[in-house]
Amino acid sequence: MPKIQIPTPLRQYTGKQPAVDVTAATIGEALSDLVARHPDLRRHLYTDEGKLRAFVNVYLNDEDVRYLQKEATAVADGDSISIVPSIAGGRN
Amino acid sequence: MLKIDPNNYASLRQHGEETYPHECCGVLLGQMDEHGTRTVTSLARAGNTRTDSAHNRYNIDPKELIRIQREGRERGEDIIGFYHSHPDHPAQWSQTDFAEAHWFSCSYVITSVQKGKAVLTNSFELTGTDEIDKMLVIETLQVV
Repeated sequence: MPKIQIPTPLRQYTGKQPAVDVTAATIGEALSDLVARHPDLRRHLYTDEGKLRAFVNVYLNDEDVRYLQKEATAVADGDSISIVPSIAGGRN
Repeated sequence: MLKIDPNNYASLRQHGEETYPHECCGVLLGQMDEHGTRTVTSLARAGNTRTDSAHNRYNIDPKELIRIQREGRERGEDIIGFYHSHPDHPAQWSQTDFAEAHWFSCSYVITSVQKGKAVLTNSFELTGTDEIDKMLVIETLQVV
């Protein structure tokens, strides 16, 4: 089963689990399975319109899915999916 | 509260001096206890992808963060915060810092680097649970 790595700030919504196994053939299915298992995650990952929030980066192993097939990107057993909120800023 | 040992504290401040007049950035790794106190056990320097505006902007490549997170996990460490520097600017979060902060319950450490020398270092906790109620609140930074 693919595994989704959960960033520190979202673990309170997964019963403190740092990673969640999902049943999925695509990134979209993996995220859907994740929020089905842990519904409180939904609003932190998705806007009210159902789109992935802009600051939520999703990586399949070491590739940003935006540059693959986005939510249609295929996943397989043993794949590591990472949810990575952006880290940015600046002095003004 | 954020606890950090003197060596790592000096290291994160020095990073800002090395990259001056550009902003440095990096990751704080360690553990958080049941009281919400975060303790740094290691730092990971990161590259600033904002080469277009590095004097007043920073961004850490998520791919690099994934590597840092994986290596930290192998050592039993979690990501507990981030640090960056403000060249010739106060150690206070800006509107940009606030808008781009999304790691709730993590520490955001900012060092003011004045004319190439690290001056003040402050730490802020990102409180709240979402983009509506989040706040960056100054917290005790204990160097022990």
